[in-house]
Amino acid sequence: MFGLTKKDTGLLIVVAILTLLAPFILNPFPEGSAMAQFNAGYPDLMQRFVIFGIFAIGFNILFGLTGYLSFGHAAFLGVGSYAAIWMMKLLTMNVLPAIIISVLVAGLFSLAVGWISLRRSGIYFSILTLAFAQMSYALAYSVLTPITGGETGLQPKVDDPRILDAALAEGATPKANIFGLQMGQSFDLQLGGWLFTFNAGYYLAAVVMLLAFYLSIRIFRSPFGMMLRAVKSNQQRLNYTGLNPKPYTLAAFVISGMYAGLAGGLLVAMDTQVGPERMFWTASGEVVLMTILGGAATLIGPVLGAGLIKYMENILSKINKDVLHQWFAFLPDGLEDFIVAIVYPFVGKGWHLTLGLIFMAVVIFLPGGLVEAGQRIARLFRRKTQDKTTPAKTEPAE
Amino acid sequence: MSILEVKGVGKRFGGLQALSDVNLSVRENSVHAIIGPNGAGKSTLLNCLVGKLIPDTGSVMFDGQSVLGRAPYEINQMGISRVFQTPEIFGDLTVLENMMIPCFAKRDGAFELNAIPSMMGQKDIVERAEHMLTEMNMADKRHDHAAALSRGDKRRLEIGMCLSQEPRLLLLDEPTAGMARADTNNTIDLLKDIHDSRDITIAIIEHDMHVVFSLAQRITVLAQGTPLVEDDPENIRGNPKVREAYLGESA
Amino acid sequence: MEAIILQILNGLDKGSAYALIALGLTLIFGTLGVVNFAHGALFMIGAFCAVTLSRILTLSHTVIDDTKTDFLGQPLKVEVPYVYDMFGQATGEAIIDWAVPLSLLFAIPVMVGLGVLMERGLIKHFYKRPHADQILVTFGLAIVLQEIIKYFYGANPIPTPAPDAFRGSFDFGAALGFDPNLIIYPYWRIIYFAFATVVIGGVFAFLQFTTFGMVVRAGMADRETVQLLGINIDRRFTLMFGLAAAVAGLAGVMYTPINSPNYHMGMDFLVLSFVVVVVGGMGSLPGAVLAGFLLGILESFASMGVVLNILPGINQIIIYLVAIVILLTRPRGLMGRKGVMED
Repeated sequence: MFGLTKKDTGLLIVVAILTLLAPFILNPFPEGSAMAQFNAGYPDLMQRFVIFGIFAIGFNILFGLTGYLSFGHAAFLGVGSYAAIWMMKLLTMNVLPAIIISVLVAGLFSLAVGWISLRRSGIYFSILTLAFAQMSYALAYSVLTPITGGETGLQPKVDDPRILDAALAEGATPKANIFGLQMGQSFDLQLGGWLFTFNAGYYLAAVVMLLAFYLSIRIFRSPFGMMLRAVKSNQQRLNYTGLNPKPYTLAAFVISGMYAGLAGGLLVAMDTQVGPERMFWTASGEVVLMTILGGAATLIGPVLGAGLIKYMENILSKINKDVLHQWFAFLPDGLEDFIVAIVYPFVGKGWHLTLGLIFMAVVIFLPGGLVEAGQRIARLFRRKTQDKTTPAKTEPAE
Repeated sequence: MSILEVKGVGKRFGGLQALSDVNLSVRENSVHAIIGPNGAGKSTLLNCLVGKLIPDTGSVMFDGQSVLGRAPYEINQMGISRVFQTPEIFGDLTVLENMMIPCFAKRDGAFELNAIPSMMGQKDIVERAEHMLTEMNMADKRHDHAAALSRGDKRRLEIGMCLSQEPRLLLLDEPTAGMARADTNNTIDLLKDIHDSRDITIAIIEHDMHVVFSLAQRITVLAQGTPLVEDDPENIRGNPKVREAYLGESA
Repeated sequence: MEAIILQILNGLDKGSAYALIALGLTLIFGTLGVVNFAHGALFMIGAFCAVTLSRILTLSHTVIDDTKTDFLGQPLKVEVPYVYDMFGQATGEAIIDWAVPLSLLFAIPVMVGLGVLMERGLIKHFYKRPHADQILVTFGLAIVLQEIIKYFYGANPIPTPAPDAFRGSFDFGAALGFDPNLIIYPYWRIIYFAFATVVIGGVFAFLQFTTFGMVVRAGMADRETVQLLGINIDRRFTLMFGLAAAVAGLAGVMYTPINSPNYHMGMDFLVLSFVVVVVGGMGSLPGAVLAGFLLGILESFASMGVVLNILPGINQIIIYLVAIVILLTRPRGLMGRKGVMED
């Protein structure tokens, strides 16, 4: 189906179902229960899941397939965001033109950066991309203030021209919409103790993510995707086989830059503001973490990694000492304090520590990321079932 | 009719004159061996032919066109394929995929942004690659990872990849280096078959005289960066200059 | 003229820090072939060695001073550091005042130990893995280290002053015959530059004139041959990692009076130091030092008002800009060797 193999179609359908039912799946705990804080099914976080999923899927097309490690991809996300917000200021609050322009502008920018950076490989490439991203950040912060709003960033204002939209009433706030349907609009479903929120913005982002995911499967399974893997495997042989690695890697770079721009545009569509910190190198590092954590060069890995990191950032970081004491209240006092003292450094403000440790563990023990972990567990189960059946077969031979 | 014409090629690395005034003429559809003692400049010469190095002086013409200043992939597209001393293949890819890549290069040229069509929908490419694998006796290994192949199989795969491009000139850089006798003989037979079954010119750099005299119809002897003689094998065998070059003053 | 001298001086202290960090990075890269993204964290931990020592030195107990009363008329409670008890008040005060230089002694064993531990415990297992994996695992380690520091010391910068004797500034202008107060330069920055020169000189002398250093240099050039000669190069390389960690740590200790240490200072410096290493040429020790000072000075020139009027914002991007130009025109950097990291 859709020009995919059975296995890939299956994966796409599973991802589609999970994404579309996310408001249910991510809210497994009833409102007001002790576990409710683990619910991730609120629009803001769900939007982040899918948007950073797009970012990581795109990054993976470059890093996973070609092995070129870019440390500056946040620059493309940032540029996409700025482009989108200008579209909203000048043209219309409809998010469609904003998203389209963010992809195009990020594509052009990544073409320029990639054209220069790809003249080097290995760590030199990483440093070059890092340098470009840091430059973009520094410029957005200072000299380019007329375009970027400097430190405070940009957001749509009432008196922006917006030539396609009708003038807003004084005091009204410009709201992002798609043909009138506002991104912030939600429909709440109360079922017993559970509350499920279906948000227009989330579903727009989710549909875009599914399209992006589908496209990435097509790229992975295409001759172009194979050439990219060949670039990673042996550039010398590729060269002596009559193929020019440069345009292949550049195309991969631009495609992944466009994915980043798309993510940047969607971020603005959901939350109409942007600041330069979006381009800081830690943001570039984050997408590297997401991709590796989930599993570089796998289809679903980056999405999982993005989800995990955003979940930790938003949920793990909210656990404070009081919450911990509440959880471990059933223990004797001394033990309770002891356990809380041990757990506390890893949650709340310390969630980065957990992230760093998990990341190191993945790089050391599981270079294939969460996806490899899943495969290993699956194999373990399969072997167990095989162990049960094979002795029966071999017995007669003995 | 010569397919490869090297005239007056010189190459200097700092203080070392690696090649000076090299002339070489490879006749179409022949097997031409380039031999010489260590440091004679064989590899440098080869690198000048495939675009890895650009000679300081002289010209290299392939089929009437200059190859100088062209990138390796352009030279390959002109019809020169190269087999490396240690097999260079795509270790992370399957054997079949390895074979498909040169087929794409043959069909689509140096770059083609075919990012949407599915791989397995490329019927002509798959067929061609499968056919080549059968010819190389590797069809049963098509889904193996290339990195897991034995050295001999890697060598066969690499040669097969080069042949699937239907090159007019096949360059081999010590294809039997480090091989056991049996493997060496297999490789000789393989190369003979290849030469007999198609219109192809083979130029081979080799150390092993057994290989050279089993295959070559024409031999160029390089010594200290310059050709000593170019002649038929029977004349090379007894040539005192060649003996001297190989055995040096100690002879 | 005086403006130029001032900018050169201003560039020296930052340049010193870049040079020291880049030197350590290059030592590790040159000997072990590892790209160490956690090196900035070592710099930061060095700085926190100084914070820790000054906290230890100021540990105190409460003494009731009967001779004085507080505003309620109660006998005054005074915090008396233990060092006063041990060495008497005058010596004790001097020790606390000199906490930062004293931290050098404290930091050396800590940093060498940490470096050796890092190499044996983690980096060792990554020699055979791709460079990308090395970058990633040390990147993870850097996050972990800085989060640990953040947990214990908080997120805010901790002021750690220089000894009283070095507070204040030296009037360079007057010394050079210009008008007074035109070129004034804090004493501590002079100390920092001198310190960096001594450390850099020491490392070079160590590599140049000791047998140990000679073996290490030989190993940097051709590891296999040295191993074939029956020399245990691995242990020496481990010690080099310790040395590199110590260099970074000491650079951090001495930097605390210039910039109050915070948990992310390492990463801030690391990004720039990597650029410095690349500009200097991967694997070249003189290149790292040269590029460190050059870029430090260049950055300070770019911050001059005159320059900023012509090219606004240039001070923010100058280092990256130079790096891009260098990488594109001289791929091996200023003094890089051929074939290093070009896979």
